[in-house]
Amino acid sequence: MLNKTSPVYKFGFQILAIVGALIFTTVVMLLAKAPPLEAYRLIVIGSVGSVGKISDVIVAWIPLLLATSGLLLTFAAGLWNIGIEGQITLGAIFTTLALRLLQDSALSPALIIIIGFLSGILGGMIWASLTGLLKIYGGVNEIFGGLGLNFVATALTIWLIFGPWKRPGVGSMSGTVPFDNLLWLPQVEGLRMSWWSLGIGLIGIVVVFLILQGTYFGLRLKAVGKNGRAAFIIGIPTGKYMMSAFFICGAFAGLAGATQVLAVYHRLIPSISSGYGFLGLMVAMLINYQALWAAPVALFFAALNIGSIQLPIVLKLDSTLSGVLQGALVLFVLMMDGVRRRLTAKKVN
Amino acid sequence: MNVELVHIHKSFGAVHANNDISLSIKSGVIQGILGENGAGKSTLMKVLSGFIQADTGQILLDGKAVRIHTPSDAIKHGIGMLHQDPLDFPPMKIVDNMLIGHEGGLFPNRRQVSNSLTELQSQFGFNLDPEAYVDSLTVGERQQLEILRLLWLGARVLILDEPTTGISASQKEKLFETLKKLAEQGMVIIFVSHKLEDVEGLCHKIAVFRQGCLVGETVPPYNTDSLVELMFGKVVSLDEKTQLEGSEPVVEITNLSIDDNRIQIRGVNLTINCGEVIGLAGMEGSGQRQFLRTLAGLIRSVGGELRLSGKRMTGKPYHSFQTAGISYVPASRLEEGLIPGLSVTEHFILSEDQSGFFIDREKAVTICRDRIKTFNIKGEPVTRVEALSGGNQQRALLAMLRTPLRLLLLEHPTRGLDIESSIWIWSQLKDRCKQKTCIVFISADLEEVLHYSDRILVFYNGKVSQPLDAAATTVDQLGQLIGGKGF
Ligand SMILES: Nc1ncnc2c1ncn2[C@@H]1O[C@H](COP(=O)(O)OP(=O)(O)OP(=O)(O)O)[C@@H](O)[C@H]1O
Ligand SMILES: [Mg+2]
Repeated sequence: MLNKTSPVYKFGFQILAIVGALIFTTVVMLLAKAPPLEAYRLIVIGSVGSVGKISDVIVAWIPLLLATSGLLLTFAAGLWNIGIEGQITLGAIFTTLALRLLQDSALSPALIIIIGFLSGILGGMIWASLTGLLKIYGGVNEIFGGLGLNFVATALTIWLIFGPWKRPGVGSMSGTVPFDNLLWLPQVEGLRMSWWSLGIGLIGIVVVFLILQGTYFGLRLKAVGKNGRAAFIIGIPTGKYMMSAFFICGAFAGLAGATQVLAVYHRLIPSISSGYGFLGLMVAMLINYQALWAAPVALFFAALNIGSIQLPIVLKLDSTLSGVLQGALVLFVLMMDGVRRRLTAKKVN
Repeated sequence: MNVELVHIHKSFGAVHANNDISLSIKSGVIQGILGENGAGKSTLMKVLSGFIQADTGQILLDGKAVRIHTPSDAIKHGIGMLHQDPLDFPPMKIVDNMLIGHEGGLFPNRRQVSNSLTELQSQFGFNLDPEAYVDSLTVGERQQLEILRLLWLGARVLILDEPTTGISASQKEKLFETLKKLAEQGMVIIFVSHKLEDVEGLCHKIAVFRQGCLVGETVPPYNTDSLVELMFGKVVSLDEKTQLEGSEPVVEITNLSIDDNRIQIRGVNLTINCGEVIGLAGMEGSGQRQFLRTLAGLIRSVGGELRLSGKRMTGKPYHSFQTAGISYVPASRLEEGLIPGLSVTEHFILSEDQSGFFIDREKAVTICRDRIKTFNIKGEPVTRVEALSGGNQQRALLAMLRTPLRLLLLEHPTRGLDIESSIWIWSQLKDRCKQKTCIVFISADLEEVLHYSDRILVFYNGKVSQPLDAAATTVDQLGQLIGGKGF
C-alpha cells in the first residue's frame, strides 16, 4: 500500500485538485453554452503562443509577484492585509505625483525614475500604516480597515484623474496624460516587458524568502502570527512586529503600483492595481504561505489572466473566466488538502 | 461495561508511544495509570476515546470488537474523556455547552436539559447554575461540568487525564467521592495521574507505563517505593530541604494595590531577599495569579510601589521588567507559554538574544540538542511543541528561561511533571537561587509549597496573609488559611 504521508501521495491530491478545478470550470462554461476545449486552447495560445504573449505574461507576473511577496509577510504575522489593493493604488498615485512634479525639471530621467519608485514605495507604506495603526491602536480589524481604505484609494484615483490631473479639455477614463518616453522604464526592444522590473520582482521574492527562512525578524513574525499572546510574554513586542509587517508589505505593494506606472501604463488610470492585490491573496493561500512556490504559481495565474484576454473577442465569453478557474483552483486545493488530512488521520485498525 | 485493549501499537514517526499495550478493565473498577513524562499514557487514552487511531490493535467492549474513529464514535459507545489540558471553553451558558455534541432535534429542549442537569447534580452534590457562563467557572467547576456532560451523553467509561492538577483540595475530595460513586454504579473509571497518593487512595488497580510499554500492574496494598521504582526503573528520593536565603533585599513591595476583573488586592507589603523562594497558596482565583502577573509587569498596579534592587519598576512596560531580569512562566502552556506550529529549536532561538540579522541554524540546533539533553526533553530539535507530551512541554518552557535572572515568577512550575522531573526541576531552580535569583511561585500542591518555599503568602478572595515561615507551618494550618479561616 502507498505510504500515506509520502510526498507522492500529497502530490497526487494536488493533481486531483487541479483536475477538479478544471472540471468545475468546464461545467460552468457548458452552462454558459461556451465550447470549453476551444476556450482552453485560446487561453494557452493567448498566453504562450508568441514571444509577445510571453512577455505580456511576464508584465502581469511582476506586480502579482510583488503583491504576493508582501502578503507572505503579513500572513506570517497572522494578518489579512485585504487593503493591499489600496496600497498598490497609492503607490501608483505617489509615483505619478513624483513624475508630474519632476518631469519638467532639469534632473536626469534615470534619477526621476528612481525617485518615482521610492515615492511609490512611500505611498504604499503610508497607506498600509493606516491599516496597521487602526488595527493596533484603534482595535479595528485589518480586514475592515483595509476594505475601507481600498474604497478611499479608488475614489482618490478617480478624483485625481477627473479633477486636478485631468487631461487638457475633459478628463477621461483612459487616465492622465501619458509621460514622455524618456520617463518609461527601459523595455526590451519590440516587447512590453522590462528587464528592470523583472529584476525587481525576482529580487523581491528572494528577499522575502530569506527573511522568512533565515532571520530573527522572520521567525519572530511567525511567532506573533501563530500565538501573539505567548510571543508577547516571551518578549517580542507584538505591536511593533505587526506594524513592520504592514510597512514592508506596503512597500512591496507600492513598488507594484510604481511598476504599473513606470513600466506598464506610463500614466495613472482608474483601476491601476488591476486586481493584483486580491489575486496575490489567492496565490498566497494556494501555496499555503510557502515563499518557495510563490514565483511559479504567480506565473501560472498571470498566464491565465493574459491568456483569457482574447476570450471576449473570439468567443464572446467574459474574460473573468480566468477568475473562475483561479478561484476554483484555490477552493479545490484547500478542499483536497482537508480531505487528505482526514484520510491520513484515519488509519484502518 | 468491560473494557479491553488488545495489543495496541501507536507510533509517531520514530517514537513508539504505545508498544503492544494490552489492558483489561472490568466493570466497576477504577483503573489507575502511572508513568513518567512521555511514557505514552495520554496516547493510549486518546486511542480509546477516538482522538487518534491506533496503528494496530483492538478495542473490545464487553467482549465485542468496536471501531472508534472519532470522539463522537467513542461517546456513542459510552466512552468519554476529560483532557489533560482543558480544551477551549467558549463564552456560552452551561446549558448550551451541554447541548454541544448531543444529537437532538433542530430545536433542543433547553428546559429539559436544565432539569436533567439539576437532577444529575443533586446526585453528586455539585452546585452549578445552568444559566451561568462557562468562562466564569474555575478549573474545578469546568471539570465537574465536563463530567456531568459526559454522563448526560451516556458515558459508561470515564477517562480522566491528570484531573487534579488545577483544582482545590475540597474540589478534589468531591471529585474522588463522585468517581467512587460512579464505579459503584458499574462504570469504568480510568485515572491518569502523577500524584501517587491520589492514585493509591482512589484506584482498585494500577498499571505502570514506561517508554511506551506497560511494565507492570499492581493491586492494593500498594507500596509507594516499588511503584516509583517501577515507573522510573530506579529508586527516587525527595531531596533535602535547603535554605539559600541571603540578606540582601532584591524585591521590595510597598503598599501594592491591584484591581483586576473581580479581584481587588490592597496594600501588600513584602521584601524578598536574594535567593529566597516565596510560595503563593490559595484557591484558584483568589488573587495570587494577579499578584504574580503584577510582579511580572503584565498587570499595572493601581497603587503602591515595586522596586527591584532599589530601582523603581512601578508603571514601567513589560519589556523593562524583562530587561531588568524578571521572567514569568505562565501556567497555560499552549496558550501563553509556547507557540504551536514552531519547533523546539525555534523556541530556544526566540528566547535568546538576537545576534546579527540571520539565524545561525546549525548553532541553534547544537544549543537545542544540548538543552534537550540537560532538560531530558523527549523530542527532537525539529519537533513541534504541540507534539510534545504535557510534561515535556513544561520542560521546554523551563528550558527557555534565561540566565542570570533576578526574579523568577512561576505558575504551577511542576504541573504535569512526574515525581522525578519535579525533583529535578526544583534542583535546577534551587541552583538559580544559589546564583542569587529569587523565586515566587504559585502551586496548588500544598506539599510542594511547604517543601520548597522559605516563606508563604496565602491568598483568600483578594486578601493576603502575613508571610508565613514555611518551616514552622503544617499542611493543616495552610489548608485552614486557604479556606479563609483566620483572615
Ligand atoms: N501528535 C504527536 N506527534 C508526535 N509525537 C507525539 C504526538 N503525541 C505524542 N507524541 C509523543 O509520544 C510520546 C508519548 O506521549 P504521551 O502524550 O502519551 O505521554 P504521557 O505519558 O501522557 O506524558 P505526560 O505525563 O508528560 O503527559 C511522547 O514522546 C510524545 O512526544
Ligand atoms: Mg499526558
